[in-house]
Amino acid sequence: MSLFGEVPQATPVAVFKLSNDFKEDPNPMKVNLGVGAYRTDEGQPWVLPVVKKVEKIIVADNSLNHEYLPILGLPEFRSSASKIALGEDSPAIQENRVGAVQCLGGTGALKMGAEFLRRWYNGNDNMKTPVYVSAPTWENHNSVFANAGFEDVRPYKYWDAEKRGLDLAGFLGDLETAPKHSIFVLHACAHNPTGTDPTHVEWMQVAEVMKRRKLFVFFDSAYQGFASGCLDKDAWAVRYFVTQGFEMFCAQSFSKNFGLYNERVGNLTIVARDADNVRRVLSQMEKIVRVNWSNPPSQGARLVAITLNTAELFAEWKDNVKTMADRVLLMRASLQAKLQVLGTPGTWDHITQQIGMFSFTGLNPKQVEYMIKERSIYLMASGRINMCGLTTKNIDYVAESIHETVVNVQ
Amino acid sequence: MALLKSSKIISTVGVHPPLGVLSIRASSWWSEVQMGPPDPILGVSEAYKRDTNSKKINLGVGAYRDDQGKPYVLSCVRKAEAQIAAKKLDKEYLAIGGLGDFTKACAKLALGDDNEVIKSGRNITVQTISGTGSLRIGANFLSRFHTEARDVYLPKPSWGNHTPIFKDAGMQLKAYTYYDPKTCGFDFQGALNDISKIPEKSVIMLHACAHNPTGVDPRPEQWKEIADLVKKRNLLVFFDMAYQGFASGDIDRDAWAVRYFIEQGHNIVLSQSFAKNMGLYGERVGGFTVVCKDAEEANRVESQLKILIRPIYSNPPMNGARIAATILNTPDLYKEWLGEVHGMANRIITMRELLVANLKKEGSTRNWKHVIDQIGMFCFTGLKPEQVERLTKEFSVYMTKDGRISMAGVTSGNVGYLAQGIHAVTK
Repeated sequence: MSLFGEVPQATPVAVFKLSNDFKEDPNPMKVNLGVGAYRTDEGQPWVLPVVKKVEKIIVADNSLNHEYLPILGLPEFRSSASKIALGEDSPAIQENRVGAVQCLGGTGALKMGAEFLRRWYNGNDNMKTPVYVSAPTWENHNSVFANAGFEDVRPYKYWDAEKRGLDLAGFLGDLETAPKHSIFVLHACAHNPTGTDPTHVEWMQVAEVMKRRKLFVFFDSAYQGFASGCLDKDAWAVRYFVTQGFEMFCAQSFSKNFGLYNERVGNLTIVARDADNVRRVLSQMEKIVRVNWSNPPSQGARLVAITLNTAELFAEWKDNVKTMADRVLLMRASLQAKLQVLGTPGTWDHITQQIGMFSFTGLNPKQVEYMIKERSIYLMASGRINMCGLTTKNIDYVAESIHETVVNVQ
Repeated sequence: MALLKSSKIISTVGVHPPLGVLSIRASSWWSEVQMGPPDPILGVSEAYKRDTNSKKINLGVGAYRDDQGKPYVLSCVRKAEAQIAAKKLDKEYLAIGGLGDFTKACAKLALGDDNEVIKSGRNITVQTISGTGSLRIGANFLSRFHTEARDVYLPKPSWGNHTPIFKDAGMQLKAYTYYDPKTCGFDFQGALNDISKIPEKSVIMLHACAHNPTGVDPRPEQWKEIADLVKKRNLLVFFDMAYQGFASGDIDRDAWAVRYFIEQGHNIVLSQSFAKNMGLYGERVGGFTVVCKDAEEANRVESQLKILIRPIYSNPPMNGARIAATILNTPDLYKEWLGEVHGMANRIITMRELLVANLKKEGSTRNWKHVIDQIGMFCFTGLKPEQVERLTKEFSVYMTKDGRISMAGVTSGNVGYLAQGIHAVTK
């Protein structure tokens, strides 16, 4: 008899299963448009040149060691990371009302924010406070908040499948009818999985309702710099909300824009009313960190901190980021052009209108299955493709495959 | 305070449609958030840092220091780092369960190379965020799947962070007698008495070696009796092994209890940390192992561990695991590592002896034998909180209130001063 005899087999996390299936596929033409990681035009992972440079600096520096970081993380990392999100000249930073917690990637930052909110937001038991995530959203959002103890995680209207764009009326409608004090998870830019972001005017409308109805702003910023190629442009929404006087959280990931996926570099930026509130919030964050991981890993944070705090390295990094963003933009333009040339039924403008790593193609589950089974092109059941998986060498095959799929499968 | 301010403003301004700007600026979501108390252990280091006394000693956190009081980066670690740098690896996400080369080696280190458990594939070992992360995943796993019992029995005393971790995971904490303050040693009979009363299927936490905070470990014959009793009581054993190699200087000796229990048929869960024995503190390298009935069960358990990990941090950090794996899997680095761990353990044993010798020199008539009998990084001095407070205030010696000192912070340079201080507050 085993204590674990009743433990059921869990269904594997979809995106990782997809990568696994891709790996085992013998078809030489296979293409992986699943996992969200950048690839070069040769289809290879890319360690940023600036990262290689800084790694050498770290290895050569004998004054560095592997001692514990403080509970909240490396101070130089935290402050420079928050500056990246809020802007060097952010009024909130100047007014000393910004705090930060170094976390295990963007996931870790969301986790810390969620745990804190469940304990301390709006009274001290928020299990029943509704948490709204976009429909659709990164699938792990649901789990992060549910596991942090929130019993009521719900969707807010976001993607309009028919017009293949933002359902603004639906979004604003859900904001109007959400119970007061509900928590809303907003994608700062390059919405995952749709690649569809609100325009500035649309963000302003969202902000107006959220302010009026006292809804909590929790930004997820996983692609800053990666979306447009410009850090400031991609942070517009976050910064706008700060100017509107919100107290808010912003979960930042440096996985994609630094290519540091496996070093788990993230930051939870906290904007509060004043320094005293920040201080108390951080003291409670420490308690939460302590029962989850005690203190965060040092390597990645060190790397990012050195880069952000050294002028030439910072410039080089921005350049590397632009390289990645530009290649994605090029692939978007190419794919859309090829589909037009092929005369593929439907409209494909959304491919170039959408932004960031992902595109919601609009392919339905049957069509997705066809792409995988018949063409060995791996994409998520939602129709999401990772633009980074496209290269000049495989883009014709992918375009033709989409064409064939759309024509033959309804 | 902010709340008071805001209600004042609201009462004078009244409720206007654009309540917006004025009252939002005044009130805060966080007004009711209390200032959290400083962490008892990590808070000690922070207080130490603020002290300007040149003679100050940090005997708080369990981080190894060399005889100059400096952090020690192991030579095998530097070599491993150089090897890794030369390989020019990518930075792609690890699997949720971590780096395979690391988890396999991690299990082998704990259980022994040709342990039947590993051979039959009936263990699942996942990479975790050091020891804390491992305990947390374990606590979450037990909370979700060990529904027959909610109680976790910790030795009295135990590492301060055990309680909040298990509590936060939804378990209930109880304790069994362990430390005998009269002898500053192991209360074997007391432990057996308490364990014999633990309800079946409860979880019992055992420190594999170098008990934290007391440094008091059971002897092998005592472990055997405990294993027997635990089996009779049908308890789920949770081993915390944060100091393998660090206690006696010998990897196998320090893992003896873990291996014995498994041999005796206990399907244990095990947390491992490489913070101390590889000096990889800030890289957060650890492992969590569940010993299952068979490989099929291990598969199911693995799938559930992944479900638990994903919503916390998705997948673990590469750097430290890569270093540890390189050391464990490269014969000459492994050999060098064993030597360095032995060296660290030896320095600590030497400091124990020096401290007692110096206390005697100061004229202390107290029995300090326990300082030498205890093992590992920590020493439960037997000092009371008031004495600890004096030691900190008057001598700038930083330690935790329970009288625990980290021997790693003792050097041939400061042991004399330390003995002075301890004697002064205990005479």
